[in-house]
Amino acid sequence: MTEFFQQLINGLALGAIYALIALGYTMVYGVLRFINFAHSDVLMLGAFAAYFLAPVVQSAGTGASVFSAIFIVVIAAAICAVIGMLIEFLAYRPLRQRPKLTVLITAIGVSLFIEFTGQHKAVFGANTKPFPKLLPESTINFGAVSMQSNDVVILLFTALLLAGLWLVIQHTRTGMAMRAVSFNEKAAVLMGVNINRIISFTFGLGSALAAVAGIFYAMRSPGIDPLMGMKPGLYAFVAAVIGGIGNLPGAALGGLLLGLLETFAGGIPGVSNYRDGIAFAILIVILLFKPAGLLGRIQPEKV
Amino acid sequence: MNSGAKRWLLLAIVVAFVTSCFSASFNRYYLGVAIDVGISTIMAVSLNLINGHTGQFSLGHAGFMAVGGFTAARLTLTLSSSAPPDSAQGIALFVVAMLFGGLTAAITGLAVGLPSLRLRGDYLAIVTLGFGEIIRVVFQTSETFGAATGLTGIPKQTTLFWAMSVAAVTVYVVACLVNSTYGRGFIAVHDDEVAASAMGISPTRYKVTAFVIGAFFAGVAGALYAHHKQVLKPDGFDFMKSIDYVVMVILGGMGRTAGVIIAAVLLTVLPEFLRGFAEYRMIIYSLLIIALMLLRPQGLFAFQKKSQTRS
Repeated sequence: MTEFFQQLINGLALGAIYALIALGYTMVYGVLRFINFAHSDVLMLGAFAAYFLAPVVQSAGTGASVFSAIFIVVIAAAICAVIGMLIEFLAYRPLRQRPKLTVLITAIGVSLFIEFTGQHKAVFGANTKPFPKLLPESTINFGAVSMQSNDVVILLFTALLLAGLWLVIQHTRTGMAMRAVSFNEKAAVLMGVNINRIISFTFGLGSALAAVAGIFYAMRSPGIDPLMGMKPGLYAFVAAVIGGIGNLPGAALGGLLLGLLETFAGGIPGVSNYRDGIAFAILIVILLFKPAGLLGRIQPEKV
Repeated sequence: MNSGAKRWLLLAIVVAFVTSCFSASFNRYYLGVAIDVGISTIMAVSLNLINGHTGQFSLGHAGFMAVGGFTAARLTLTLSSSAPPDSAQGIALFVVAMLFGGLTAAITGLAVGLPSLRLRGDYLAIVTLGFGEIIRVVFQTSETFGAATGLTGIPKQTTLFWAMSVAAVTVYVVACLVNSTYGRGFIAVHDDEVAASAMGISPTRYKVTAFVIGAFFAGVAGALYAHHKQVLKPDGFDFMKSIDYVVMVILGGMGRTAGVIIAAVLLTVLPEFLRGFAEYRMIIYSLLIIALMLLRPQGLFAFQKKSQTRS
C-alpha cells in the first residue's frame, strides 16, 4: 500500500509535466488546427535555457534557493515564449492558407532542425549533460510514504499554472479572443479580433508552459540532451488526443492519466519492457471508440 | 502506356541482370552503394503510394521495413543449414524469405491500417509514428529476434540483380496501379475524400489498400536490406529512418514517381560522398524540408504540371 502511494505521487508528478506540454499542443490545435511538432523541442530548449542560466543566477545570488529557481524558470519561459512566437512567424505564418499537410511537414522540418542543430558540437553537443540542482532537495516522510520534495514542488506549481491559465482563458479579453478564434476564425475576424496577435500569443503561452515542463522534466531525469523532448513530447501529444484535442481540461486529464499509466505499468515486471508501446495502444483503442477523445465533441464534416 | 511500361520493366531487369554478371569486377564499395540505391528506391516509391498518390501521411514506413527484414532474416537463419547460400535451394530460400518478409509486413500494414486510417492528416501521422515505435519496441524485447543486439550472421544473398529488379518491379506495380481504372480511386481520395465517397469510392478501403501494398514492398525492401547488410539492429529502424524516406518523397514531389526515384538515388548517393559533412546532413535535410514547403511544395523534381491544381 505504501508503494502504491509512492507510485501515485510519482505518476501524478510525471502526469503534471505531460499535462503542461499537452496544453501547448491543444491550444495551438485550437487556433490553427494543426499539430505543432516542434513543441517538444521548445521543451528541450527550456531545459537548456535553465541549464545555462542556473550557474549564472546561482553564483550571483544565494545558491540553489526558491527565489533563484523561480527567477530561472521565469526567464527560461520568457526565452521559450519568444522562440515559439518566432517559429510561428517564420515557418507557419507564410503557410496559413496552404493545405494542413504542408504545415505539418514544415513543423516536422522545424522540429528536426532544432534537434539536429542542438546536437551539433558547436551548439549543445549530442552527449547527455547533468542538470544542475535548482532547489535544495530533500525527502519528505509522510507516515510510511516518502516523497521527493521536487515532486511536491512540481505538483503544486503545476496546479498554480493550470489555475492561472484557466483565469487567462476564461476571464481576460485576450483569452476570450483565443476562444473566439478557436470557435470560428472568420467570425472572430469580423468581430475585430486581431488574429495574428492572438495566434502569436497562443504560441508564446504554449511555449512558456513547455519551457516550465521541460525544466520539471529535467529535474526528474538524470541529464539533458537535445533529443530529450521527443519522448515527453510524444506522450503529451498522446495525452492531448486522448483528452480530446483542442479541449484544455481534456489535455490536463489526459496528461495525468498517461503519467499514472506510465509509472504504474513500469512497476509491473514483464510489462515494463513494453511501457512505450502501451501508451500508443491505449491511444488507438480510444480513437477507435471515441474518435474525438474523452472530453472532445465530434464535429460533423461539412463540404 | 501499359505496353510501354512493360517494355521499360523488362529493359530494367535485363540491364540489372547484365550489370550483375559483371558485378564481380566492380568496386565492392560502389556495388554496396548501388544496392542501397535499389533498396531506397523501393522504400521511397512504395511510401509515395501512401503519402503521395493517396495523400495520407505515414511516418512509420521504417517499421514495416523492420518487420520484413526481421522475419525474412529469421527464416533464412533457421533454414540456412539445410540450404547453403550459394546453392539453388539457397536462392530459392532467399526468394521465399523476401516474399515472407513482404507478406508479414503487409499483414502488419493491414493491422495498423484498419484502425488508424479512419483518422486523417496529423492524427494518422502520429499514430503511424507510434506504431513504428511499437514495432521497434517489440523487436527490441523479443528473444526470437535477438532482442537489443538484433540478428547477426545473415547470409549475404542480396545482389545488384535482386535489388535492381525488385526496384523495377516496385516502380512498375505502383505506376500501373495508379494509372489503372481502379487506381484512380487513390488519386480521388487524395484530391477530395468527401467527393470521392460521394462517387461511391470508399476512402478507408482505398487508404488501407495503399497502406498494405506499400507495407508489402517495404517488407521486401527490409528483406533485401537484411541480406545485404547481414546484420539487423532494432535501433536502425527508428523514426529517423522513416524520416529519410519521407524526405525522399517530399523532395521528389508527392505523387510523382519519376521525381521520387531521382530523389531516392540522389539522397542515397550524396551522403556517401559527403561523409565529411555527416553532422550537417540532418540539419541540411530539415532546412530543405522547410524551404521546400515554403517555396516549392510540389517537390523539387516535379517538372510536369499536374492536370488539376489545388491551392
